[in-house]
Amino acid sequence: MEWYLPVVWAVVIGIAVVMYVILDGFDLGIGILFPAFKEDRHRDQMVNTVAPFWDGNETWLVLGGGGLWVAFPQAYAVLMPAMYLPVIFMLLALVFRGVAFEFRWVARTSKVWWNRAFWLGSTLAAFFQGLILGGLVQGIEVANGEYAGGPFDWLTPFAIVCGLGVVAGYALLGATWLVMKTEGDVASRARRYAKLLIVVVLAFMAAVSLWTPLAVEHIRERWFTLQNLMFLWPVPLVTALLAWHGWRWLDSGEEFRPFFAAIGLFLLGYMGLAISWFPYLVPPSLTIWQAAAVPSTQVFLLIGVLLLLPLNLAYIGYVYWLFRGKVREGEGYH
Amino acid sequence: MDFDALLLARIQFAFTVTFHIIFPTFTIGLSAYIATLELLWLRSGREHYHLLARFWTKIFAVSFAMGVVSGIVLSYQFGTNWSRFSVIVGNVVSPLIGYEVLTAFFLEATFLGVMLFGWNRVPPWLHVMSTIIVAVGTAISAFWILAANSWMQTPAGYEMRDGIAIPVDWVSIIFNPSFPYRLAHMLTAAYLTTSFVVLAVGARYLLAGRHLEEARTMVRMGVGFAAIVAPLQVLIGDLHGLNTAKYQPIKVAAIEAHWDGSKPGDFYVFAWPNERTESNDFALSIPNAASLLITHDPNGLFPGLKSVPPSDRPPVPLVFFAFRLMILIGFSMLAAGWVGLWLWWRGRLFETRWFLWPAAHVWWSGFIAVIAGWIVTESGRQPWIAHGILRTADALSPVPAGSIALTLAMFILVYGIIFSMGIYYINRLIAAGPKGSAVKPPDRGTPTRPLSAAEEAGREVLGSQT
Ligand code: HDD
Ligand code: HEM
Ligand code: HEM
Repeated sequence: MEWYLPVVWAVVIGIAVVMYVILDGFDLGIGILFPAFKEDRHRDQMVNTVAPFWDGNETWLVLGGGGLWVAFPQAYAVLMPAMYLPVIFMLLALVFRGVAFEFRWVARTSKVWWNRAFWLGSTLAAFFQGLILGGLVQGIEVANGEYAGGPFDWLTPFAIVCGLGVVAGYALLGATWLVMKTEGDVASRARRYAKLLIVVVLAFMAAVSLWTPLAVEHIRERWFTLQNLMFLWPVPLVTALLAWHGWRWLDSGEEFRPFFAAIGLFLLGYMGLAISWFPYLVPPSLTIWQAAAVPSTQVFLLIGVLLLLPLNLAYIGYVYWLFRGKVREGEGYH
Repeated sequence: MDFDALLLARIQFAFTVTFHIIFPTFTIGLSAYIATLELLWLRSGREHYHLLARFWTKIFAVSFAMGVVSGIVLSYQFGTNWSRFSVIVGNVVSPLIGYEVLTAFFLEATFLGVMLFGWNRVPPWLHVMSTIIVAVGTAISAFWILAANSWMQTPAGYEMRDGIAIPVDWVSIIFNPSFPYRLAHMLTAAYLTTSFVVLAVGARYLLAGRHLEEARTMVRMGVGFAAIVAPLQVLIGDLHGLNTAKYQPIKVAAIEAHWDGSKPGDFYVFAWPNERTESNDFALSIPNAASLLITHDPNGLFPGLKSVPPSDRPPVPLVFFAFRLMILIGFSMLAAGWVGLWLWWRGRLFETRWFLWPAAHVWWSGFIAVIAGWIVTESGRQPWIAHGILRTADALSPVPAGSIALTLAMFILVYGIIFSMGIYYINRLIAAGPKGSAVKPPDRGTPTRPLSAAEEAGREVLGSQT
């Protein structure tokens, strides 16, 4: 078997997941922050900042999920039953939120309800994504190439902490996005919340990083061998440094840098995961080579992805450029 | 085998996919209709074509968004509900569905923006072109998804290695024996369904005495299209059935409730297929007609249900009745098209209430035929999930029945709320008609959000309600 094909696909799916987490992260974050902004005009302003983007942002979820199915059917077939409930809850939360997004503009008297649905949908989607991640890190019971655990194996204190961590992380992305994309009341309040959230996110990252090696044996082994430790020790250091800078930038009135600091925090966490994980897809039992589809399948869809991915990236770039600049109160895109 | 989990998983999948197909059926047809309107507008310069195109674009936007959210759920269900299916035939089927997702997102998403929001920002020819590309894009989506489904009905171009289907030849996988028929039948179904919705809206306005010029155009287009395409659909359906008789004879035996293959088959206009006694109760039949249809010989023989053990038979009554429902609607559509044509020729099309009133009320007929058709196809394939390769019972995920029951209940609840809102909303847009804000270009809209094109109009409509 061509050893590099699964690697290429792992990279494609990895990119899709990073893109998803960052892009949908900030617009889910806006929803998570809804209760902190009570006035309707503020909420409209917040929603307007993500209006042109959110649909495209969710694309990456389908590419990630679909890619996993096509390229690694074995892993897909283990992960989906293992995560059955949280995956479906997450999808339903996203459906609800996506529609609430649009209906809240249309509705008059029932707008309160669609606002609630928007908040709840966003928060639950984020929470279940974190939960799924936590469940994966803990490891999944596999026998004879199939999921062999129970329906609630994912429901552990560790996974719940991961879920809350992702909610906080998306809220941070959302808050720093607002700092960048709005003015006036919303921006100054988002700035205050962002500072608080940086601390909270850092606390979650520390907790998860300390808890992981205690809870998960194969990660403990991987982290605490000498030569790996040499690689790994800078990660927490860089994370702390970046968080500190983010805080300073928020304090000194920077508008763009905090958002990118928040993205940086996510990327660092992601890197930490990748280092602990590679080359497993379903830790600790299936590697990307064991789970891979046959080469002809992988090549067949890869052709389409490689042709269309650059096009899509260009289109996304164009949309972000088209809708650059700040959104003021009472203003949408004209 | 956990029978309950299997049954629940099947119900769940059938529920979500049935909900989904309603929207693609409409968007495939409607995008083509809007493209036609725009072309007519470009050529004739007549304003009411433009007005109509904009009016239907709002409705298109809502349906499209519903199609997207319900489709995302489906693609994940292959893993959550049918994980063994993913392993055993995933190598062959999944990239086909992968291509549908790619096509939908990368092609439609781009030009959809121009179609929905570009009315005042791009020159007319570019707008028309974008609409055409969206229409072609939805048809390409259908191409891929139907290739996947057809392969499950009539697998080709693969070989089994260690119990897993491995792709050998992509061309014969995609163009498997039933695919051309299914593609033609489904696309025609989408266009036909939409033409009856258009006809219904036009008839509704005529009856109410509103938007007369637009209404006449819609009624004329609906009737004209139905008169030509409904008979075509009957023909395609017949060829489709002949192909099925060749590759899935037991499905056809179930369609005809034909138990004993050693005798020629009757066509049952009505019957209650009795799976216990292996015969038909309360039968009203045309002798030898089924043999005539399928073998083109009144004494021709074709396999009966008894040629396979009961465990290899599909649920006969379901397939039998769903097929008759589809046929009934098909011939009614044909009749409606021809009667309308005749009235048109006599110059009475726009005044004949006994024609317009029913036409205004059966906008749903095509959707029911589509769902019935799919029930024939999918239930008729049972007990196989991939014909001759994998049984549905062996494709199930190792998930307990309780989880599936819980999520099924949630699907019904959430879809119920969301889709009834969507349909309510479409109905409000139709009630408002192709005047006023429903046809103004959105001023707050943004390219990647289908629904926001409709929201301006919707707010106006709903606003006047509250
Ligand atoms: C004959 C056509 C047809 C059929 C049988 C199906 N679909 Fe579909 N689907 C479409 C035609 C379509 C479409 C017209 O292309 C849609 C509707 C709205 C859209 O965006 O594309 C779509 C959307 C759509 C999307 C969202 C893509 C997007 O966001 O644009 C997904 C993930 C799926 N579908 C998946 C499925 C699956 C897994 C199906 C089978 C079980 C299925 N569809 C049956
Ligand atoms: C009256 C003439 C018709 C005939 C003889 C006919 C025949 C058939 C047959 C035999 C099948 C099953 C094919 C298989 O599973 O292998 C089928 C499926 C289907 N039919 Fe029809 N049909 C007719 C009218 C219609 C109409 C009017 C519609 C919708 C407007 C429709 C929509 C469908 C759909 C969506 C399917 C499932 C997809 C497929 O397998 O093609 N049919 N039809
Ligand atoms: C979109 C229109 C479709 C409708 C309305 C439809 C309808 C149905 C129904 C009613 C069932 C349940 C059958 C039974 O258990 O008796 C079913 C099952 C299923 N269908 Fe479809 N179907 C559609 C398209 C597709 C397509 C395009 C695919 C695959 C590419 C597909 C794959 C399946 C699978 C995997 C199952 C579950 C296993 C089974 O019961 O066979 N369906 N569908």
